[in-house]
Amino acid sequence: MQLIRSPGGSLLELLPGLIAMSVLFGTTSMLAVTITFERSGRSFDRLLLAPISVSTMVLAKITGAIVFGIFNAFVPVIFAAFFVNLGAVNWGVMLLAVLLIAITSTLLGLLIAVSAKQVFEAQTFSNFFRFPMLFLCGLFVPLSSLPVFVRPVSFLLPLTYGTDILNGAIAGANLLSPMLCYGVLLAFAAGLFLVCLHNINRKWIL
Amino acid sequence: MSIVTVTNLKKTYGDFSAVDGINFSIEQGEIFGFLGPNGAGKTSTINMMIGLSRPTQGEIIIDGIDARRQIKKAQAIMGIVPDESNLYNEMDGFENLCFCASLYGMRKEEREPKARQLLEQFQLKEAGKRPFKAYSKGMRRKLTIAAAIIHSPRILFLDEPTTGIDVESARQIRELILKLKEQGTTVFITTHYIEDAERICDRLAFIVGGKIVANGTVNELMESASHGHAIRLVTDINSENLAADLQARFTSSTVEITRDHALVLRSAERIPLLPVMEYFDHNGIAVYEARELRRCLGR
Repeated sequence: MQLIRSPGGSLLELLPGLIAMSVLFGTTSMLAVTITFERSGRSFDRLLLAPISVSTMVLAKITGAIVFGIFNAFVPVIFAAFFVNLGAVNWGVMLLAVLLIAITSTLLGLLIAVSAKQVFEAQTFSNFFRFPMLFLCGLFVPLSSLPVFVRPVSFLLPLTYGTDILNGAIAGANLLSPMLCYGVLLAFAAGLFLVCLHNINRKWIL
Repeated sequence: MSIVTVTNLKKTYGDFSAVDGINFSIEQGEIFGFLGPNGAGKTSTINMMIGLSRPTQGEIIIDGIDARRQIKKAQAIMGIVPDESNLYNEMDGFENLCFCASLYGMRKEEREPKARQLLEQFQLKEAGKRPFKAYSKGMRRKLTIAAAIIHSPRILFLDEPTTGIDVESARQIRELILKLKEQGTTVFITTHYIEDAERICDRLAFIVGGKIVANGTVNELMESASHGHAIRLVTDINSENLAADLQARFTSSTVEITRDHALVLRSAERIPLLPVMEYFDHNGIAVYEARELRRCLGR
């Protein structure tokens, strides 16, 4: 649809956005909904009662969602391969970016799962995070075109950094240094993991 | 030897005390019943013991492990049957058992034969291939117990195991619990059914309003709950005159006639049957039934 409306645009320019969206939606939904569903059905209690540390259990849960997110990322790539030449893509940089986007998005999903009690709450919270993030991270509107007072908010979002790396790896149009973006994404991942663990210990074991 | 010691355990939610400084211990290999009405603090207590809830105050020692500090170590020797089954609806019985075993580190070659054996033992062999969501309530409870014992725990916690299930399933569950005790498993069971507690528990604690109001063996509690002994007699002439005559003959007893025309002799001391039977024989009265009335915690 985007291509039809912008005939001059290239699919290659759209690909970073499509990849980022696939990962974001796949991972946040998976973790937020499945954990909330398991908790409301009380099967999650069985995991909490097993002799497995909470951090190990959380790591296992997020690993599943991360792998799912990475697979999701390659769905638009496979389709794009039929229409455009992907020879210029820096696959190593792109893969690492996909992995880090998957990790941060999964942890955002976990943060939602810790707060939500019902599946519908998890879905509502997920959209509350996801849609503003999509519009503010430079996917649809370039960061340079955003109003000045909104730009600081963009730089508080992990997806902004992930998208920037993808833009660089696929279309060669990044704003920031990939190393800086990797560092920021790693910092987001560590911070979110610690916040999630803290909230889990506070909210799941009363 | 105590396998569980609970000392001054408290749980408060704001101003409300769900559990208010309770103390008890459980001996190795016994069935310990935690009895009380709904909302008495039974589930709050069990949740603190198994690690689903944090005590506000107090100490829980399970097999020498401080359960407040090392709950994961303590959970390795526990089997837990919650008040509502918490297995996975989409998995079948066999898969659920294998998954639960894997949570306790059991290898495939160890857990699969054990799961099959438990399905057979719990009469769920046929249902083993059906998804858990298709199980009846009694079957769900049985599979949940099977899942809790697949790793051979030293202590089994059961929260209201017979609530909401049919009489036959409840009987089977009581038999299973007694069999587990025979095999050396310590059992902690919460219930609000006095009958269940009387039938299977070695010792009991009564909890009301978050406090333990009585604690002891079933016999000790029955002694304190009932006053004295009674025998019930069914004869061919249960008349007011006979009751009066009996009362005059056995002065330490009180005699009453029940609604179903049986005679009941009550006494502070245990009543020897022989003099009573000799009295009836001497007076040519046929006795069709003579039995000591069982004292009941509910009375």
